[in-house]
This record gives sequence, structure tokens and C-alpha cells, in this order.
Amino acid sequence: MAKISVDGIEYEVNPANNLLQECLSQGLDLPYFCWHPCMGSVGACRQCAVKQYRNAEDKTGTVVMACMTPASDGSIISINDKQATDFRSHVIESLMISHPHDCPVCEEGGECHLQDMTQMSGHNYRRYDFKKVTHRNQDLGPFINHEMNRCIACYRCVRFYDDYAGGTDLAALGSHHHVYFGRHEEGTLENEFSGNLVEVCPTGVFTDKTFSAHYTRKWDLQTAPSICSGCGAGCNTTPGERYGTLRRIVNRYHHDLNGYFLCDRGRFGYDANNSRDRVGEALYRHAHTDGEPRKALSAIEGARQLDAMASGELIGIGSPRASLESNMALRQRVGPQNFFSGMGDAQLSCATEVISLLQEPGLNCPDIRSLELSDCVLVVNEDITNTSARMALALRQATRNAASAMAQDARIPLWQDAAVRELAQHSRSPLIILSPQGTRLDDVASDTFLGTVEQQIVFVQSVAHAIDANCPAPNCAPENGAQVTSVANALCAAKRPSIVSGLSAESLALIKATANLARALREYRHRHGAANPSVDLCFAMPEVNTMGLALLMKEGGGSLSSALSILRTGKADAAIVLENDLYRRASAEAVDAALASKTPLIVIDHLHNAFNAKAHLLLPAATMAEQGGTWVNYEARAQHSYQVFQPEGSTRAAYEWLVPNNPVRGPSVHGDALLQELAGESRSFAPLLELLSSRSGIAALMKSPRQSHRFSGRTAMHANVHVHETKQAQDPHSPLSFSMEGLLLQKDASLMSAAWAPAWNSNQAISKFQEEINGELKQGNKGVHLLARDGERGSYNKVEHAPEQGLAKYFIEHLFGSEEISAASPAIQARAVPAYACIGKGLAQSLGVHQHGLLRLCADRYSVELPVLIRDRIADQCVGIYCGGEVNRASLCGSVSIEAVAKDANVLASARAMFSHLVISDTLPREG
Amino acid sequence: MTISTIIASSAPRVQARTLSPQETHEIDHELTLYPDRRAVGLEALKIVQKHQGWVSDESLLAVAQYLGMSAHELDGVATFFNLIFRQPVGRNVMLFCDSVSCYIMGCERIKDHISARLGIDYGETTADGQYTLLPVPCLGDCDRAPVMLMAGEQHRNLTKEKIDALLTSVQQEQPNK
Repeated sequence: MAKISVDGIEYEVNPANNLLQECLSQGLDLPYFCWHPCMGSVGACRQCAVKQYRNAEDKTGTVVMACMTPASDGSIISINDKQATDFRSHVIESLMISHPHDCPVCEEGGECHLQDMTQMSGHNYRRYDFKKVTHRNQDLGPFINHEMNRCIACYRCVRFYDDYAGGTDLAALGSHHHVYFGRHEEGTLENEFSGNLVEVCPTGVFTDKTFSAHYTRKWDLQTAPSICSGCGAGCNTTPGERYGTLRRIVNRYHHDLNGYFLCDRGRFGYDANNSRDRVGEALYRHAHTDGEPRKALSAIEGARQLDAMASGELIGIGSPRASLESNMALRQRVGPQNFFSGMGDAQLSCATEVISLLQEPGLNCPDIRSLELSDCVLVVNEDITNTSARMALALRQATRNAASAMAQDARIPLWQDAAVRELAQHSRSPLIILSPQGTRLDDVASDTFLGTVEQQIVFVQSVAHAIDANCPAPNCAPENGAQVTSVANALCAAKRPSIVSGLSAESLALIKATANLARALREYRHRHGAANPSVDLCFAMPEVNTMGLALLMKEGGGSLSSALSILRTGKADAAIVLENDLYRRASAEAVDAALASKTPLIVIDHLHNAFNAKAHLLLPAATMAEQGGTWVNYEARAQHSYQVFQPEGSTRAAYEWLVPNNPVRGPSVHGDALLQELAGESRSFAPLLELLSSRSGIAALMKSPRQSHRFSGRTAMHANVHVHETKQAQDPHSPLSFSMEGLLLQKDASLMSAAWAPAWNSNQAISKFQEEINGELKQGNKGVHLLARDGERGSYNKVEHAPEQGLAKYFIEHLFGSEEISAASPAIQARAVPAYACIGKGLAQSLGVHQHGLLRLCADRYSVELPVLIRDRIADQCVGIYCGGEVNRASLCGSVSIEAVAKDANVLASARAMFSHLVISDTLPREG
Repeated sequence: MTISTIIASSAPRVQARTLSPQETHEIDHELTLYPDRRAVGLEALKIVQKHQGWVSDESLLAVAQYLGMSAHELDGVATFFNLIFRQPVGRNVMLFCDSVSCYIMGCERIKDHISARLGIDYGETTADGQYTLLPVPCLGDCDRAPVMLMAGEQHRNLTKEKIDALLTSVQQEQPNK
């Protein structure tokens, strides 16, 4: 720790940081633009000028940029010095010269860092009355609006987009007073994290295009802390609602997980909430009247109908995209022995294996921030950018640890961003990617291995055997022994190696082989006296509650295939399916056979789909934003999301429908009771009590309002319905209220959805709630870890896998389109591609098919014709299949053969243009 | 929705042209001088401009592909430098100094004379594609101001008469086609 003096007051600060960061950490107001906690300093905007004095005798001092000056011990500075204040007010005046007077029509207005900083710097009146520089804007695709006239040229956008997120299609163009941040030609911003520009840009150059379509000022949005439902990473979000529709999602800071950034699936997938495909009311038809339209029921009729149908021998099928509460309520309703997994059998067995790995001593499941600290990463099979994108962004940062090490040797502070990058050039920490095809991270990979899942298993086993000879070698030797050795050496040399994989291959053998490698590395590190011999190992989870459901299934219950066979044989009197499209989980043939028995089928879900079209009773379920719930991410971290708003009509949280004999289904039903029972019942869920108590302690005081203190129109917004002001919705069980009144939000960061502090209206107000900048939130909102490292110290698994019959295949995932709910959002649809098959040049030649021709894929009892995409970077002699929402994945799980149906040009020109963007990783510039 | 929107917004509107053998030969030479292909970006743009007169979108894409960098990044380099021309210029580019010494020595009158004779202002090109007039901040020849650089040749102590003589001689050497 160092001591510095700011305006005569002494502060204890971290000398490794710069003065700006430390002043902000101390809660001082010092304006800035170009600096960002995750991106360091470049000294571009000159806004954070302060006066620095050489010693106590120095009364003159020098104006310095706080962001470019280390907070070294004994520093004496002044923020309030007249010369420094003047300097800052002149800088803002010049930055604002060409800035338009359009705040009233600007979407950033009211949450604009530029507005805040302009006021803080005291620039109240303009003196410049010459012609302003103006620009032509670009269409940047379905996510982002462009308004270049508002730019103050702080360069944060390109520093985030290109330097931090690895984008290649946003550049700083031009120079001096006509710098232009845009694409070299108009077109969609391709990077998976483009949405963060909305929050990174300090003003309104880049704004959320989906939000524009139904814009509301920040202070008029009703918000609550929520969790992203896009994948199993568990990123924290703040959805905002007005007039009963969800308007946008912005990032909610979580120290261990998402930090300041979200992926575009998480940010722009929310519009599914407002979709016309929402199940709006309870729909019913008698079990023997298939084909007739279903009749709409009121909420109470729907609940009574559920009670009438749900009698006798009941079975329930859970869901990895439903909350713990809803899965628990279903399990209670049908009884644990009649509760069945809502995920496919292969996926469940993989997730169950991951659970035991999460308990194994000597392994460590890194949170997303810890992934950034790894100095050597091995990715096994998972196309992490497309399955759990936020983790991929962390892996990209991990490759910069080599640069950090070089900077430390050269005594360059890490926050000196430009200097560190200049020093490191193309030096990167090792990132080794095993994959069947080129991936988006290849541009920063030190080594890649293209191989089928089978070949990867052999490769991983060989590396493990090379690291520890006690680890069983694979049956066959890999073809590339040299690469095996170099990967083994890189892992052994690392101080903090990480191994990252996932469930997308649904291969138990792959997970076991990967676990063996982690164990071999642990043994190696133990033998060689590493300070901390444990090895980081994590598996990305496909859905928001995959881990929660898998944990619940460990307490008993059956597989999906056994549920389907019970249905097929007509042994059940009724079935309740929770938030699930079974056509995405099992083969169409198996689902159809199960439905053929005409067992009364009750489905609770929020979007219409092919499966719930066949339900006899379909009940409308609340989405993530419409309900409170508990969700377990890939690390087995349970986090709570709060209801943002009460949905209109009959829509209820699924667990409210499921609690028996409660036809009112009013707010008397609440999830906490379900969680308490779950925690009492099982050791894995016991930590939920801690999560519950952290919330009830707050509820005993005053409630926190979901609406800002400036929330407008409350007395008028329902005037078209009734002249009297309607009663506010009640929320007796959460510490939040649907109101403006209550405990001020800023008192408790753990319940805070939209950060706000006096003079800080933008999201950058979050600084005021952190222990230190980019540190923990003052009150914390970390959730609880359900699993402890108290399992057995696993010995090496025997990896058994039957070589695949026929042509090798793998399934392709896409950030936009693979996840069911976000895929119903129009903006995501605009970026999604239709289903396709992907092959390499050799296979294409032997099949005689050209780019964009048509292939037929034949499985045992299923065949499908798909357009073909020929890629450069793909494993030999295998086919990749992207299913989208159209192709039944489970039907293609057995052996598959392919033949050419049409040689070429069978794909619409429109689809071709979209395909051309998929192979971006084949053509990405690779440096170094 | 939007498939058509995507095409409108994402399909590249221009295709890379093929670099001439002379251009690639010269770029290849530059590549031997730097450890990193991207470092050759500016030199490659200058080479293309030398041969083509300016850097079209087609040329930009060609150079970006040849160097393995993104067109956006290369355009950032190209547009940073005023004298990399991203739009067509006349056969004779007049780089006319309007900095302080030339200003004191009356360059504005000379500039007005050029504008009157050719009918172009700063940043404009004559309709016949013969001349482009651009201001530059200094040509390092202040003791012989006003100064102008055209076709690699410095013209010093400019007067209206000298301009007339220069334009006439260019007209004789390069008659309009």
C-alpha cells in the first residue's frame, strides 16, 4: 500500500495502479473518457488532468494526466486546483465543439457519461459558433445504431472492439478533426460482443437498435437484478420493462463472472419475451379430440383443469431452462420417482460426470475472471465462442498474460495499455484449441489440432500419458506425436494451466479423457512441487440451469428415454412437461411414439413450439424476466434472479401452476418455500439456505424499489383502462417492490439493478459501489457454490468408446440460433443462418459437390437434405451439422451417411451471403 | 425479415482487383524489410497509388488480402494519411502551401489565380481530370515562399506569371485527350 495526498487529504492506495483509478476507488469525482477499468489507460482524451506537486514545498505543481501517472507512494496531487479545473473545462469544451445539441432526441440522454462529465467539468455554455464537423452514418446491422456526429474521439470503441474483443471490422478512419469510427464499408458488425459498444461508448454514437424500436428513458424503466438465460455461464443482467413489455437488457456487474461485458446473444435475445409466439393464455382440448383447436381458459379454469387432469399415475419431465423452483415444484407434484430429466440421456450422463469432477479435490473450476488469469489454456472440442461466449472473451484475455509478464519484467505498469501492447507485439500465452473445425479463437491460438471427437479423445489421452506415464495410453497412437509432446510441455510449463471443454459433443468419453488429462497434470504439478498443484478444469453448460437440473437428478428420478417409454406403453395417466420442447431433446420418432399413446399431456411453457402444439393443456409460463428464480451455472454457483415485472393475463411462474390445490395461484405461492425444502432434503442443495438468508435479512428492513426515483407517468399509464390509479402489484416475498418508494437502491449493491449515484447517471456509476475499481461489489452479489471439493480424489478413468460407425460427424453450434429462446428474438433471427452441413474440400471432391450444393444426410430412420458449406479448416473425412431449429439432432446421433443431391447453386443467394460470414475464422488474419 | 436486409448490409459491394506483377514485385521487396506483414501496409498503399494514381476500394481490398490484414484496419491507415488518395485525383496534383511564410508572402492571391484559371477550389479536380488542388501545411522552403509541389517538382517564389507559364507548359506536354 502507498499513501497519496489528494487536496490535502491522505489516502491509502495501491501503487500498482494509476492515479485516476485510485481516485475513483476512493470515491472521488474525477472526469475521464478514454480510460476503462478493463482496458487501461492510453491518455487520449486529456480529461482527467490533475495538479501534481513534487513535494510539500512545491506550491506551483505541474498539470498531469491522472490516468497516465502512477499512484506512487508520497504523491501529492490536487483535483480542485484552479489550473487543473480550468484545464479540464477547456478540454471538455474542445471535445464538445462538434457535438450536436441533440440530447432530447438522443437515446443516451439521461444515462450519458458525456453529459455527466460535461457537467462535472463545468462546461455549461458553448462559445463555439462556427460550422460543426458532421459525418454520414452507417447501417451496422440489426444490433447497433450509428450516430457519428456525437463522437468525441475517445477511441474506447476500437480499443474494446478490436483490442479487447478481437474484432476486425471496426476501425478508426481519418485523422485530426474528422476521425470516423466505423466500418470501411457499411455492413453488420460481426464481432460477438458488438453490443458492449453501447455501454463502452461514453456517448450516443453506438446505441442499441433493438431498444430504439421501443425506446424508454433509463429512469422510466422498471428493472430488477436478473440472470442471462442464454447459456450456462450465469452472467448477471439488468432487463428493463415499461408498459408490460421488456425493452432491453444491459450488463449488471458481477466481479467473478461477466464483469463489465455481455455477449450479443445475452444482450439482444430478450425480444423473445415480446414475441407473438408467446403462449398468452391457458389452452385446452380433451385428450380424445386431437386435431381440434384448443379452447382458451381463464387462469383459474386452467389451474382447475390441471388439477383435474393431474391425478392417478403422474409423470413429470423437468427442464434445464426452468428454474430450480419450478423443477422442484414439478418433482414434488409428481413424486421423486416419477420425475424425469428434461435433457437428453447423453447430455445428462455428461452433466452428472461433470458434477463429480466439480467435487474432486485437486481440481478447480475457474470462474470467468479466473480464466483470464490462466497462462496456458487447452480447449477441448468446445466451440466456446458459440456455446458460452463470455468465457471465450475471457480466454482471449488470457492470451495476453505473456504480455503482462513481459511488461512486469520491463517495469511497465500493466495499465499502460499502448506501451504493453507495443512491447508484446505478437507474444501471447499458449492457447491450444482441439476442434473439428476452425473456431473464432484461432486468431489468438498458439496451436490448433483439427480432428474428429474420436481423434481428439486419442490426442487428449496421449497428452495425459505423456505428462504422467501412469495415466493409461490410448489404444492407438496419435499420428502427430510431436504436437502431443509440445502440448504436454506447454501445459507442464504453465504456472496456472486451464482446461476448458463442454457438453456440446455429448460425449462421456471426451469428458473422461479430459478429466484424466487434468488429473495427470495435477500429479505432475504435485510431483514437481508446484505452489498450488490444483488444475483449472471447467465445462461450459449449454443452458441456464443444466447444472441445477443435473444436481436435482442426482437426488433420484429417471432418464428422458425411460419417461418416453412409460408414455409409449400408456402406463401413465397423465404427463406434465415443464418448459421443454422434447423434439430438441430426443428423436422425433421416439417423441411421436410416446405421444401416440394419447396420454393426457400438460405442458407449461412460454413460447409456442412443435411439441407443445400437441399438448392437451398448455399453460403460459413466465420468462426469466417475469419470475423470480434460482439458477445454477457451470461452476455449480446458484444465483437468484428477481422478477422484473408482473406479466399480464394468466402468465405465471411455472412453479405457481404446479403447487397443488391452489386454484387462485396468487402471490401466496412462493419459491422460497420450495428452495427451503430442497435445501433440507439434500446435502448438495444445503447452501441454498445461505442464499435465502442473505435475501430475507434485507427484506426485514425496507424494500428496495424496482423503479427509479424519477419514474414518470405512474398515475397516468393505465388511464386508458381506468381513470383511477391502479394499485401497485404486490411482491410480499422478495426484498424488492414494484414501486418508486422504499430503501434507496444505492444502499445495497447486491439488490441493485441499474447503477446510479449523484452526478453519475450512466452505467459507469458502478464504480461507486465497488470496494475498489473493477473489484468486488461492496455488499456482494456472488451467489453460493453448491458443491464443495469433498469428493474422492479420482483415479484415472478407463476411457471406453466404441469407434463411430460410418462417417465421423460433429454438431455445430451458433451463438445466434442454437439457443432456443433467444432464437425467437427478431434481431437474433436476422443474424441466424438456416441449418447446413459442413464438409472439407477432399470430401466435397469425392462426393462431387460444390459450395452451396445440396447434401442428403441419412441416419437409421431419418434423412434430411441440407445446403453444404465447404470449409478450409475442418477435420478430414467428417461432416459438421448445424441443426438450427429445423433439424432433429437426436435423430442424427447414430451412424450417418451422406450423398450429394444437387451439385451446386441450390442455396438461395441470400443464404449464401450469410454463409460467407460463417467461415470468418478460415480467413481471419493470424498474426505472429 | 431481413434476409434481404442482411445481404444489403453485409455482402461486400466491391471485389478485390488483381494486383499487377509490378505492384506485387515492389510490395514483396518491402516485405523483406519488415518482420511483420502488417507493417508494410503504408508502403504497399504508396506503391499502389504510384501505379494507379489513387487507392480504390478494389485496390484496398487487394492489398489487405495480400498482406493478410482486415480491410477495415488497412483503411484506417489509408485514411489517416492525407496524401493517400481514396478518391480519384487529377493527373497533376498541386500541393499548394498555405502555411505561415507563404501566407505572409501572399500565397492567397496566387491560389485565387489558380482557382480562377482552372475553376477549382481546394480539394477539387478539374473536369478534364488534369489538375487537383490541395493545400499542404509546409514544404520546407520558406525562404523561397510562396511554394507549390507538382509532379515531384518544387515551384518556388510563385507569381501569377509563373503559374501561367507552368500551366501552359503542362498543357503543351500533356495535351488533353
